[in-house]
Amino acid sequence: MPTAAPLTSTTIDGAIDHLQTTYPKAVSVDDREGYGGIIVDSAQLLDVARVIRDELGFDYLSSATAVDYLGAGDHMEMVYHAYRSSGGGALVFKAQTERDHAEIPSLVSVWRGADFQEREAWDLYGIHFPGHPNLKRILMWEGFHGHPMRKDWREAYYEEEQKPFDSRWPGGHVHRAEEKNVFGKNVSYPREIDLSRLMDTSESAVYQSLGLGVDVERVMDKDGFETNELVVNMGPHHPSTHGVFRMVLTVDGETVTSLEPVMGYLHRNHEKIGERNTYLHNIPFTDRLDYISSMGNNHGYVLAVEQLLSLGRRYNEPTYRCEVLRVLMVELSRIVNHLWAIGFWLNDIGAFFTPVLYFIQERERILDFFEAVAGSRMMCNYMRFGGLFGDLPERIKSVSNLTNDRARDYNTIQFLTEMVSERIPRTIDELEQLLTQNEILIERSVGVGVLSAEDAINYSAAGPLLRGSGVPYDIRRADPYSIYDELDFDVAVEDAGDMYARYRVRVKELRESVRILRQLLPRLEATEGQSIWADGKPGAYAPRVPLGEAYGRVENGKGELGYYIVSAGGKSGTSNPWRYHVRAPSFINLTPMGIMSQGYKVADIVGILGSIDIVLGETDR
Amino acid sequence: MDLNLQELNATEFPVPAELENNIAITSLSQLYNWGRRNSMWPMLFGLACCAIEMIATASSRFDFSRFGFEVMRATPRQADLMIVSGTVTKKMVVPIVRLYNQMPEPKYVLAMGACASGGGPFKEGYNVVSGMDKYLPVDVYVPGCPPTPQALLYGMIALQRKIDGQSIANGDDVPWYGAGSAEPTPVPVLGPDIIDPRQMDMIRRQAERAAQDMVDLGMRELPAAMQMVPAKSATTAAAPAETAPVDGDALAFVLPAGGTPWTEAEDIREKRRLRALARKAVRASRRASAEEE
Repeated sequence: MPTAAPLTSTTIDGAIDHLQTTYPKAVSVDDREGYGGIIVDSAQLLDVARVIRDELGFDYLSSATAVDYLGAGDHMEMVYHAYRSSGGGALVFKAQTERDHAEIPSLVSVWRGADFQEREAWDLYGIHFPGHPNLKRILMWEGFHGHPMRKDWREAYYEEEQKPFDSRWPGGHVHRAEEKNVFGKNVSYPREIDLSRLMDTSESAVYQSLGLGVDVERVMDKDGFETNELVVNMGPHHPSTHGVFRMVLTVDGETVTSLEPVMGYLHRNHEKIGERNTYLHNIPFTDRLDYISSMGNNHGYVLAVEQLLSLGRRYNEPTYRCEVLRVLMVELSRIVNHLWAIGFWLNDIGAFFTPVLYFIQERERILDFFEAVAGSRMMCNYMRFGGLFGDLPERIKSVSNLTNDRARDYNTIQFLTEMVSERIPRTIDELEQLLTQNEILIERSVGVGVLSAEDAINYSAAGPLLRGSGVPYDIRRADPYSIYDELDFDVAVEDAGDMYARYRVRVKELRESVRILRQLLPRLEATEGQSIWADGKPGAYAPRVPLGEAYGRVENGKGELGYYIVSAGGKSGTSNPWRYHVRAPSFINLTPMGIMSQGYKVADIVGILGSIDIVLGETDR
Repeated sequence: MDLNLQELNATEFPVPAELENNIAITSLSQLYNWGRRNSMWPMLFGLACCAIEMIATASSRFDFSRFGFEVMRATPRQADLMIVSGTVTKKMVVPIVRLYNQMPEPKYVLAMGACASGGGPFKEGYNVVSGMDKYLPVDVYVPGCPPTPQALLYGMIALQRKIDGQSIANGDDVPWYGAGSAEPTPVPVLGPDIIDPRQMDMIRRQAERAAQDMVDLGMRELPAAMQMVPAKSATTAAAPAETAPVDGDALAFVLPAGGTPWTEAEDIREKRRLRALARKAVRASRRASAEEE
């Protein structure tokens, strides 16, 4: 290892200079048009990664993802975004490999948070990671043919590389995809399929290759009576897994010795579809990621694409009113998200459905507002590049025509003011009064599911999970976007790292969100009449996005939601993303689930999962 | 109970006026259906985004308990209705079919939202099943992405209406009144891609053909009438396209001799319609006579 040069500057550029002087051969600046960061020779990736973490202080690996540059350089690339847990911008570093025998050393020994992300890259791109402790498929099942995110892999209903398809536009002569497939289904089999030796290997693969430290054969053996250890399966159909999530536990008596999350049951190919879509097409798809807080998902995506658009010549910043409205919607989403998370966490630890019913009442109120503004209750599809779908309506009418629902008609600002200054604070007060000092709740949650601050950072935990472990890292403060730098609010943080601490963080954030909303109301009135579009008229339907890469991230209810978008393959700009990757907090927050569960009882497991707060649409994408 | 007595007494059998409030005459089917439609427990089974709206429908503002969907049960053994609330993936359809097989009869399936009905926005995805009906018989489809709670309630009430029309006597469209136990739905297998056991032979034949002719397995050339029309000649194609004639020989092995399944179903429907009209006439005449008195 070369001798380390002294670190002269703490900026990103300073860090890059330091790496270049330390590793002059292995590190080069990424000088492709619109790209940033460095390219590291994969032979020395591990050494460089350790320097990045230990000497330069980038201890938080936010995102690790693969890109297939077929026809645009013909190589595979792993892209890493590392941050300092004290705040600031990203150090982007990349490692390249050929497509045929793609191999990049695993970084799990440096950042444990790379674990699931590298497994995903293996599953979807077929990149092998020597040194990975448990490299097997994560979203698809073992035995699936091919690595579907590769650019030359085609799905059964493949029509064309990019939308809009010729069959849809402008002619509109469409036939159902089923008619083209002999089997009438969304299936394609490899030509050399051998049905004589066919058996369902997906189940045994789950148990056999767990690496749980339990000999599955021995446990299954009826003659071996020494089996104190049992393998217990939970899910994918289980009321407490918050969707179609699955966990395989090994228990010694009642105590959990190890836990393995199994996912992919809602893997609906968000990224593959996203790369066929145009940029605008993807906005409604982002709604369906974390379907509790669709506004926050929109925000992250438009921020990423706006980063790319700003590389071009003709680009105007969103107006101030647009930013205010965005933050307004996002904070309301956060309130919905945290109410929902606390409610369902209480379900898991035994307060079955009563708290949820109270919280859903408040949620319905907020959804009425969303419906009046965006046209849909849940899937708002509200934000656009450089603007919004529409301004606030003058009046809000409850659309519910059920007989027990009174007809409602409110002035919008009055409705918002009442909600922000009375209803939501009242709900939070009620929540705290009933729960915060509740003895059962404290007994069940204090000291359970502990995650230390070091582990939280190393495992790339985000959101309330990270802040509940005593790391005051909130992107709204650490790396501000939109108008958060001028708003007055505190980062909620608790030191204990247990389930109760995460609950406390969520309650604090509810209050901070209300505080932000209160500051937004006068800003809304001050900007009354201002356009929500930068140049006064709606943006283009098919924006030409300049070449380059962008990583837009927001602090969503569940944690850091990031979008890594690459515009490549065109001459001057593209209308479809080359790479569209979602850094999903629900997915990466599950990485430490195993160590958080060790030593606790089976009944605590559902509570620990609930306290992480996952949504399967985002976990599996 | 007044309302229910009146409902139950709505038969063609005359009830003496003095006994009308004391006895109830009805057909066995109606009694069965009345009980079944008003105690339909859904399975607590959320797949994706639609599950959130399903929970909203169960909660206090909309509250489907009012209509007899009393409580959601997490185990299939206690459920009558499977609300497929979200995108069905290939990985998930295996447990879903198993769950369906574990539900006791009579059982119903409601496909909630675009994904469960036909794949929805994610239809083209490689891991997505384009509609629950590719594997299970679906009773009611609810459109929407996601459907609002009102839409889901409407779909559930539509299912109740469907149950009202079922009959034990006919044994036509309600398999669980037939003799013997019902066959379980074959559980799909996760091979190189998902394999429906019912299509095993077809896959084998296709694989053999593909190996001989070196063509892509599973893709079909569409008949001319169904081919895409290039955008350039769109105006000439506006003329009515030639309809592909049904090949009678090809259908011979699926059709019973002497009639097609759809004419048979038409007959049953026609008979039902006539019976319903007769009942309606009896009711009208009785109401008229009651008014005269």
